[in-house]
Amino acid sequence: MSLLDYFRSKQSPRSASTAKERLQVIVAHERGQRNQPDYLPRMQQEILEVIRKYVPVEQDDVHVQVDENGNCSVLELNVTLPG
Amino acid sequence: MARIIVVTSGKGGVGKTTSSAAIGTGLAQRGHSTVIIDFDVGLRNLDLIMGCERRVVYDFVNVINGEATLNQALIKDKRTEGLFILPASQTRDKDALTEEGVSKVLEELKERFDYIVCDSPAGIEKGAQMALYFADEAIVVTNPEVSSVRDSDRILGILQSKSLRAREGQEPVKEHLLVTRYNPARVSAGEMLSVADVEEILAIPLLGVIPESQDVLKASNQGEPVILNADAQAGQAYSDAVDRLLGEDRAHRFLDEQKQGFLKRLLGGGRG
Repeated sequence: MSLLDYFRSKQSPRSASTAKERLQVIVAHERGQRNQPDYLPRMQQEILEVIRKYVPVEQDDVHVQVDENGNCSVLELNVTLPG
Repeated sequence: MARIIVVTSGKGGVGKTTSSAAIGTGLAQRGHSTVIIDFDVGLRNLDLIMGCERRVVYDFVNVINGEATLNQALIKDKRTEGLFILPASQTRDKDALTEEGVSKVLEELKERFDYIVCDSPAGIEKGAQMALYFADEAIVVTNPEVSSVRDSDRILGILQSKSLRAREGQEPVKEHLLVTRYNPARVSAGEMLSVADVEEILAIPLLGVIPESQDVLKASNQGEPVILNADAQAGQAYSDAVDRLLGEDRAHRFLDEQKQGFLKRLLGGGRG
């Protein structure tokens, strides 16, 4: 690296390395979601129907999520019941 | 046995059609009979890049619907022996390409050609999925830029889960990374992702790096695939990529910034 390059790099942060870091994070996150099982939306629908037999809830009030934790998966079910 | 190669990217405007035209032409130049199919229904453009837009009579959808034979729809390239183009339809009907119809046309093409190059539309919707569904190999065209890299990763996910090979549990689609619009000067200034960065994130084998070049626009203005311009760096880089696609070993060129001579700088010359 020449002396000139040294001053130039001091002036502005290297945006390419910022780009790389941001991409690594988002791509890893999206790859995780990609591996979610196909049955999830259908299961969410059926769970919603069962809950609706007893309580009036909307589609948006039920959240189903699968999280990978090492060698075990955690199914998280979140239902917001009307006050 | 014919090979089906999809040229895809997710993101638009990264150089899919330019790359399809160049690689299809390169394969034919090397003696392999090749057809390039435009899958971009409603936004036909391969014909313009190949310079045969005034010779389009029938298209892909006409063949699927039985309104024309394959022979009537195929356009023979006038410059390169053994090269044909199957243009996309300009219909606005998004459902014009059916899996059954596309499969039938591809089977017929497989008997006549060594290589079938599928120029995918942008996006991850049905059109793009149809273009990659039957592929044996995929060339993922990526610009060294955040949105393009992210979209390439998404299209890789689709290749790995929704292609025919994935569905039937066959050997996976062979993936190739083609980095286009590469500007070595900006990379060494730390303003652009390097080839190594893109390779590290996408983790697929590198087929080629096409330098950002004024010759690419010039070629599309004239309707001549840039690979035919043997003097242009972009043309040479595509040539190398085609050789690698055919299994030959070629060192990557044009990855480093070219120092311009004093006189050239003084005169403000220089080409991309």
